[in-house]
Amino acid sequence: MLKTFSIGGVHPPENKFSAGSKIVALPLPKQVSIPIAQHIGAPATAVVAKGDKVKVGQLIAQSSGFVSANIHSSVSGTVASLDPIMDSTGYKRPAITITVEGDEWDETIDRSTDLKVECSLTAEEIIAKVGQSGIVGMGGATFPSQVKLSVPKGKKAEVLIINGVECEPYLTSDHRVMLEMGHELMVGIQILKKALGVNLALIGIENNKPDAISHLAQIATKYSGIEVHALKVQYPQGGEKQLIKALINREVPSGGLPIEVGAVVHNVGTAIAVYEAVQKNKPLFERVVTVTGKHLATPSNFLVRIGTPISEVIAAAGGVPENTGKIVNGGPMMGKALNTIDAPVTKGTSGLIAFPAEEAKRKEAQSCVRCAKCVSVCPMGLEPYLLNRLSQKKMFERMEHEHVLDCIECGSCSFECPANLPLLDYIRLGKAEVGKIVRARKA
Amino acid sequence: MSSVVLYTVLMLSALGVISAVVLYFVAQKFKVYEDPRIDEVEAVLPGANCGGCGYPGCRGFAEAFVKAEDISTLFCPVGGNDTMGNAAKILGKEAAAVDPMVAVVRCAGTPEHRAKTNAYDGAKSCRIATSLYSGDTGCQFGCLGLGDCVDVCNFDAIYIDEVTGLPVVDQDKCTACGACVKACPKFIIELRKKGPKGKRIFVSCVNKDKGGVAKKSCSVACIGCGKCVKTCPHDAITLENNLAYIDFNKCKLCRKCVEVCPTNAIWEVHFPARKPKVEDETAQPVSES
Amino acid sequence: MNKLLAVSPSPHVHSGESVNKLMFNVVLALLPALAVSIYYFGLGAFVVTAIAVVSCLAFEFLIQKYLLKVTPSISDGSALVTGLLLAFNLPSNLPWWIIVIGALVSIGIGKMSFGGLGNNPFNPALVGRVFLLISFPVQMTSWPLPIESRAHYMDALTGATPLALVKEGLKGGQTMSTISEHIPNNMQLLMGSMGGSLGEIAAFALLIGFAWLLFKKVITWHIPVSIFVTIFAFTGILWLIDPAHNADPFFHLLTGGVMLGAIFMATDYVTSPMNPKGMWIFGIGIGALTVIIRVWGAYPEGVSFAILIMNAFVPLINTLVKPKRFGEEVKKNG
Ligand code: SF4
Ligand code: SF4
Ligand code: SF4
Ligand code: SF4
Repeated sequence: MLKTFSIGGVHPPENKFSAGSKIVALPLPKQVSIPIAQHIGAPATAVVAKGDKVKVGQLIAQSSGFVSANIHSSVSGTVASLDPIMDSTGYKRPAITITVEGDEWDETIDRSTDLKVECSLTAEEIIAKVGQSGIVGMGGATFPSQVKLSVPKGKKAEVLIINGVECEPYLTSDHRVMLEMGHELMVGIQILKKALGVNLALIGIENNKPDAISHLAQIATKYSGIEVHALKVQYPQGGEKQLIKALINREVPSGGLPIEVGAVVHNVGTAIAVYEAVQKNKPLFERVVTVTGKHLATPSNFLVRIGTPISEVIAAAGGVPENTGKIVNGGPMMGKALNTIDAPVTKGTSGLIAFPAEEAKRKEAQSCVRCAKCVSVCPMGLEPYLLNRLSQKKMFERMEHEHVLDCIECGSCSFECPANLPLLDYIRLGKAEVGKIVRARKA
Repeated sequence: MSSVVLYTVLMLSALGVISAVVLYFVAQKFKVYEDPRIDEVEAVLPGANCGGCGYPGCRGFAEAFVKAEDISTLFCPVGGNDTMGNAAKILGKEAAAVDPMVAVVRCAGTPEHRAKTNAYDGAKSCRIATSLYSGDTGCQFGCLGLGDCVDVCNFDAIYIDEVTGLPVVDQDKCTACGACVKACPKFIIELRKKGPKGKRIFVSCVNKDKGGVAKKSCSVACIGCGKCVKTCPHDAITLENNLAYIDFNKCKLCRKCVEVCPTNAIWEVHFPARKPKVEDETAQPVSES
Repeated sequence: MNKLLAVSPSPHVHSGESVNKLMFNVVLALLPALAVSIYYFGLGAFVVTAIAVVSCLAFEFLIQKYLLKVTPSISDGSALVTGLLLAFNLPSNLPWWIIVIGALVSIGIGKMSFGGLGNNPFNPALVGRVFLLISFPVQMTSWPLPIESRAHYMDALTGATPLALVKEGLKGGQTMSTISEHIPNNMQLLMGSMGGSLGEIAAFALLIGFAWLLFKKVITWHIPVSIFVTIFAFTGILWLIDPAHNADPFFHLLTGGVMLGAIFMATDYVTSPMNPKGMWIFGIGIGALTVIIRVWGAYPEGVSFAILIMNAFVPLINTLVKPKRFGEEVKKNG
């Protein structure tokens, strides 16, 4: 029996069409628009002005707090404007638009492809470097990584967990990264271990990626204290709490952080970014993006500069097919539907999925038949049918009592509901309201 | 045998008497003195328990009303001046008359003026849609038409027009309780003075984008050109964040601003129709500022 | 790209599961038992089932369309299932008009008066059955004899159910060993060769249905298994204490409505608890009540009553018994 988490879970069709496509660098766009809020936390502050010349990797917006992240230019050229642009939610948000001229990198970046294994920095220096390089969680959560590496006083990290699960259907960027950049990943993990002061790292990979498992297991033997674990395919195993439960059988307490059970979780993409930042002095300005869809001409994995318009990325994979009904930024379970493909790729864009029109629309909701399927699939042990009802009735106090704040918004409940109820829509609404109430109480 | 029955009956009776006495004293001790006028005030209130006054239910309002030194800050929008007068009489006070108010929807973005840019397919709730994205048109400020305001109205005073997709307030039913104002995540509904015979003038737009951007997403948007501000002889209009706002306390209903607005974003309701000549002028396209 | 892109909150994919499919699978799971029933009771079984199904569908349609004025939802299959289950709970010689009354009570009172599918506290088919049992006790307890009654409908030869035989026998001062000469042995019971409601007799066919429901993930095993375990353990203890005056546990499991009730009636979505812990409580309650009614009560059979009684406790169970929350244990320890 392969390991997995214990409560709930679903198994949506995997549809990993792009799993066999090698990562290809996308040609440079003519213009990029780099939002200054690409991460969870305070938006960065722009440090360039209109007309400034910038190089690839140059700092263009400065982190503005503990939970915030630096932003670097992904291209070389001239700052064309600092006006807000429409981001993927349709709201106009501040961004730095740069007209691309050539491809001139900052001289301090080591552009060679040689593997650099030794790292002489101390833990503090590593964490500072990660912060300077603007690294955020690459799985889509975009939480600033240096915050996660700074273990709070009184807590102790015991084990580093590397998330190579990629439990979202369709997405393959982590899979390709593990296959093509295995050694860089290992060195990145060693650096993260050093930063955290732990001796053991566990890489969790779902069993639908046997090539990545065997490849990494084999090279892991060359590094000390790294274990590769195959996990049963089960969504949402990539959720931090689920992954910790699956790998070390500890449950993060309700409302708590992984560090409370001695674990710190980072995504494989993040570990690579850390390698590049620390060993090659290369800040985070590009990422691997899966572009896929059942009816897309060539499902691909691209290395994309941050700020590239989504439309260009999709064009490189054969363009948006005729009968496309929906385009999702991220995975199909937790990603966000786009209302415009002119929005830019950001640090959190792990994939772009085009759905044909017939799969784009939800089916009509019926009334709840109380089949309890939502209860049995909820990985947090909640009762989605009840939360849904309470939220519609605006009974937020009761929702708090029913642990709505534990909901990880994985969508398993809506996925499974035979009555097609938009459970998570209402649960998310209630969760936000309860969050407000709780914050008001603390203040 | 009979003695057993007798004892049982005696025991139970004694127990009953003791508990009754204890309960009586407890009740006395914990009895809260309640001003009888609270009940009287509550009796004259409409009993809608809508919360429009800012208190949880009519009883809460009655308590606050009786306790308050100064009743001028308290008002039941549902009952209006009559109710407030009656309630004040109970306390031997006088209630200052307040202008009747009505809910006003400040968005005119019908499908004809504001093209759809995508198709929303989530749960039918403005709040959910807002937390997801900017909306299904180019205007990120405008009404979503999913009816959160309609859901909260206790008086059946607001409905979504099927053709325009926008909410419409029935001014005869609206009690100005403000529930819809609070419910709208886009802050589109405002309580404004009902006006003499329902005559009122307001900017029917909440778009804060710059003129060109606003105009592109909606043909009847306020473009912040400031013409109305300059025209208003009573200083009633202010311009902030590319959006004009008419202060209903200063507005004298002269209708001049309505004429000059290049996008027809200023609405006048319940006025007699204008001569056609003026309408032609208002239709003139004007360059953006 | 001429059409507008759809925008909705996540998730963007769905399992494809639907209420129709679930109900359809319940119907499929009931078919083996129906086949056995038609084998034993022939014409009668067929006629009773047809009348029950058609009248349930008709009442659902008429009530929704003309009384409640909503779009009829008979296509979701729940009325079909109610009809089948109602028929399964009736003797195969029941006059047609009684069946129609049963259907009206099931759909009209048991389901629609509470607000339709999803809101009814009691299993509609059982409401219909119990109503009939109380109103027409004679017709509802004259059971056609299997095999002999094949070519008959209302004029079928009748006899008592094994449970009634045991109850009568024990009351008359007989011991189990003498009674057992008149009742079918456990193997015959498993194959369904006994008098009884038309759908409850064939334990093996109902178990095939159970397997299908589990395989299709329509239900979970908790409720049926907890009922079986409770009945088996409870009657087993009684039997061990006094084998002369108590039937053996296999007899209790295989006769009467235990299989039908545990697999198809107690697992009704709407009227059963929402999480495994609650399901165990519910199942144990049904099992215990069934045995109590059978052994000490006035009726020879108690499954229907037991389920209805426990149905009444479901809201309470749902409020008090919560699923195991993630991170809960740790919180207690720390
Ligand atoms: S899965 Fe859907 S139908 Fe089933 S109980 Fe949950 S909300 Fe109700
Ligand atoms: S979205 Fe929340 S309630 Fe729904 S299954 Fe996931 S954790 Fe449970
Ligand atoms: S329209 Fe708005 S203000 Fe008027 S009664 Fe309804 S909810 Fe209250
Ligand atoms: S006015 Fe506000 S609440 Fe009402 S439909 Fe429009 S967006 Fe929704």
